[in-house]
Amino acid sequence: MAEIEAQKRVKVMVEAFDLCKNYGSFEVLKGIDLRVHQGEVMCIIGPSGSGKSTLLRCMNHLENISSGRLFVDGELVGYRQEGHRLYELKPAEVCRRRRDIGMVFQHFDLFPHLTALENVCLAPQVVRRRKKDEVIRDAMAMLQKVGLSTKHAYYPSQLSGGQQQRVAIARALAMHPKIMLFDEPTSALDPELVGEVLKVMKDLANSGMTMVVVTHEMDFAREVADRIVIMDAGRIIEDGTPKQIFSNPKTDRARAFLDRLIS
Amino acid sequence: MANPPSTVASTHNVKRFNDLHRAHEVEDFVVVPLRHPGRWISAALMLFVLLSIADLLITNPRWQWQTVIEYLFSPPILIGVGNTLLLTILAELVGIVLGIMLAILRLSENPLLSWSSAGFTWIFRGIPPMVMILFIYFLSALVPTISIGIPFGPAIKLIATNKVITQMAAAVIGLGLAQAAYVAEIVRSGILSVSAGQSRAALALGMTPTRAMRHIIFPQAMRVVVPPLSNEVISMVKATSLVSVIGFTELLTTVQIIYGRTFEQIPLLMVAVIWYGVITTVLTLVQSNIEKRLNRSVKTIKKG
Repeated sequence: MAEIEAQKRVKVMVEAFDLCKNYGSFEVLKGIDLRVHQGEVMCIIGPSGSGKSTLLRCMNHLENISSGRLFVDGELVGYRQEGHRLYELKPAEVCRRRRDIGMVFQHFDLFPHLTALENVCLAPQVVRRRKKDEVIRDAMAMLQKVGLSTKHAYYPSQLSGGQQQRVAIARALAMHPKIMLFDEPTSALDPELVGEVLKVMKDLANSGMTMVVVTHEMDFAREVADRIVIMDAGRIIEDGTPKQIFSNPKTDRARAFLDRLIS
Repeated sequence: MANPPSTVASTHNVKRFNDLHRAHEVEDFVVVPLRHPGRWISAALMLFVLLSIADLLITNPRWQWQTVIEYLFSPPILIGVGNTLLLTILAELVGIVLGIMLAILRLSENPLLSWSSAGFTWIFRGIPPMVMILFIYFLSALVPTISIGIPFGPAIKLIATNKVITQMAAAVIGLGLAQAAYVAEIVRSGILSVSAGQSRAALALGMTPTRAMRHIIFPQAMRVVVPPLSNEVISMVKATSLVSVIGFTELLTTVQIIYGRTFEQIPLLMVAVIWYGVITTVLTLVQSNIEKRLNRSVKTIKKG
């Protein structure tokens, strides 16, 4: 009873009701119900093609949802509700809402024509319109946080994959987002570089950041996640704490998936 | 554990290796490099060709080098060079501005805009620039007055076409339109060369599509765009000589006027050749400078 009371007081950061997404006749997401609380770390796992990345991209409106409702930070994603009508948002309004949502991609997608520091500084300067010296000070602090303050003058092509991904995390953090989305952040990395990125993410989780992480790193999910969601064929087939998921999965499909990964 | 025969064999091998090594130290081997007779033959042939060219340039008095030097910095020639440069700059400016607009229209999701841009490129790439220049120059025969109004409806007459379409205007518009069609394709391919992940990352940071284009897509497209665009600028310098057909006094027309009077065709054409060469050389240097700056992020590998 006390636990339920405590949960009520924690703000809900992401909430999806019967969320569907199709590309033409192909259904990628078939009715997702999901809730992520403030400060929570949620890992989404599942076989490739199960719709994990699409779900993540819906959250900052890089993908349009086909039906259902999706709220991030209490606001409807992509639409404005007035009575019984949903008005599609103008691009400027969509951009305003994306400012508070950080995203890290599988292939880093750093801006190759800018140095590490410039990568981190650009959005705060042109999107938030903050003063340059203030932005640089803040960006250096972010690079420090990911352990790369000495590499600030390097171009992405001069950095290793792990370093590039850490710069990409610093770039997202420089916007001071309320939530961070990670889309398979370590999948494109050489095995020996995975650890440095996961360590940065673990520190971030410990600092209280709300995080949604699509990943194949089971050890990270087990250790850092507050909740794990397993997706398969566009549906959530399992939702619980790491302990529940790993020791006692409810569905056969979840058990088969976990067996394949862990063995 | 130890295996006697193999131990013997291995000590034997070590001894042989040492012997060989010592032998190498004692008597120095002579290294005989591979001969390349072909290189000498081809060099001799090339030398023959180069000397023949030098002979042609120096000993043939009909070049009239003295006349070339006389005219090289004469006021009418310098004015002609100036007009060539002015025409190049204006026509290229029209070409680049219009070309960028066409490229953006071509990539638009609105089919009418995209098709219109493709249609422009199709038509203007298909018309020889000289035909284009003549067509614009004689535009008044088709449209006597320039007017503004509703298509198929009423219109207000503004000005006689003849007053607007001077030789200079015809030259700039004719060359600029042809150039725009090429620039559009170059810029479009540059924009498409930037990966989709780049604009996705820019949007995810909260940038508007316009800002993403300006700060992320365009600067990266520039690296792909600059080499072919420089080619176009250099081609434009030479294409300006086409406007001699409508009598605009750029470099070639000036030279033609002078040798029409003095019959010194060869030396005066050499004057033109030298000036075109100087201009393209300067432009080539500018190009390599710009490319060096754009490639900063890719080429310099710092270690530390």
